[in-house]
Amino acid sequence: MLSRIPKGLFGENPVFRLLLGLCPVLGVTTTAFNGFALGAATALVLLLSNLTVSLVKSLIPGAVRIPAFLVIIATYVSIVDLVMKTFAGALYQALGVFVPLIVVNCLILGRADAFASREGVFPSILDAVGMGLGFTLSITLVGGVRQILSSWFPIFGMPPGAFLALGLLFAAMAVQDGRAADKA
Amino acid sequence: MADLFSIFLTSVFVNNLMLRQFLGVSPYTLLCGSVRSALAMGAAMTVVLTSSSIASWYLHRYVLQPFGAEYLYILAFVLVILLAAYCTELLLKKALPSVYSSADAFLPSIGTNCAVLGLVILNLRKGYGLTETIVHSIGAALGLTLALVLIAGIMERLKLNGESRYFQGIPHALIIASILSIIFQLLVF
Repeated sequence: MLSRIPKGLFGENPVFRLLLGLCPVLGVTTTAFNGFALGAATALVLLLSNLTVSLVKSLIPGAVRIPAFLVIIATYVSIVDLVMKTFAGALYQALGVFVPLIVVNCLILGRADAFASREGVFPSILDAVGMGLGFTLSITLVGGVRQILSSWFPIFGMPPGAFLALGLLFAAMAVQDGRAADKA
Repeated sequence: MADLFSIFLTSVFVNNLMLRQFLGVSPYTLLCGSVRSALAMGAAMTVVLTSSSIASWYLHRYVLQPFGAEYLYILAFVLVILLAAYCTELLLKKALPSVYSSADAFLPSIGTNCAVLGLVILNLRKGYGLTETIVHSIGAALGLTLALVLIAGIMERLKLNGESRYFQGIPHALIIASILSIIFQLLVF
């Protein structure tokens, strides 16, 4: 059961394998810290929503499950939004519109629908921890790469550089996969 | 009037939703396959973006503000957008079945696409009135459609040319988006 955690980090990494939540990965990664902050906030919401969904899953009729999940997620995102606005105003300004947008991060809704609504409480928590760590690690990595590269090439600090950095990282990933496949 | 015109032009090019603000980037929108399905997706997005912006403006002005419940904006807007996306899906199915069939793969994901909620929250944060909201939303939707069509068109040509093994798919689309983003940045000057 504990294998869910490394699965979220590597085998089913939300950003690099499942391609979920690309908007925030592009939008807030001007520095590694901004990336980490949004990643941590997303992971917290994911943990709480997976926990809640797995607890109330038998009460939600299948036909309205998506709106129901969204209400649960939006509640936690509102809490994070208000707390961050109050206690970390500068960070909240830097992350801009992406803090309320955690609610439509496909990762959270996807895990609620595909995992938490079918499994028990404990596996759902482990799944959220693995996926949350994977997302935080990936978004921090993209932020770090952009921050370091932008000291030589200022373009990486600007919007075009976000697309370029992520495109190159995905290509590097494909090269790595190709090598592994050639070996096998 | 000049003000509205500048809001419109800014939202199409300078603050292009996809290429400059990263809203609406997902595997669905990056790899929509052909110019035809990019146009269909752009049309559906335009309807959802505009209708949910207007509905959210009314909701915020006449429900949330009078009751002092502005802190519930995330919850309220998410539900409005879900409703708008669902209505658009039904409308498209009845009125334009041919467009619907080329767009049904991504239609369910429009409601949770971050472009829509992102635009609604941007409208709110900029404090736009109703007219400005409508102009801004239509401009942003046209900008999004333009970006989708450009990316899909270039991807189509690249496929004819034979893609590199490692860059095929998402990496290619991201690098095209990066070049388009540079071009849109140059348009500012």
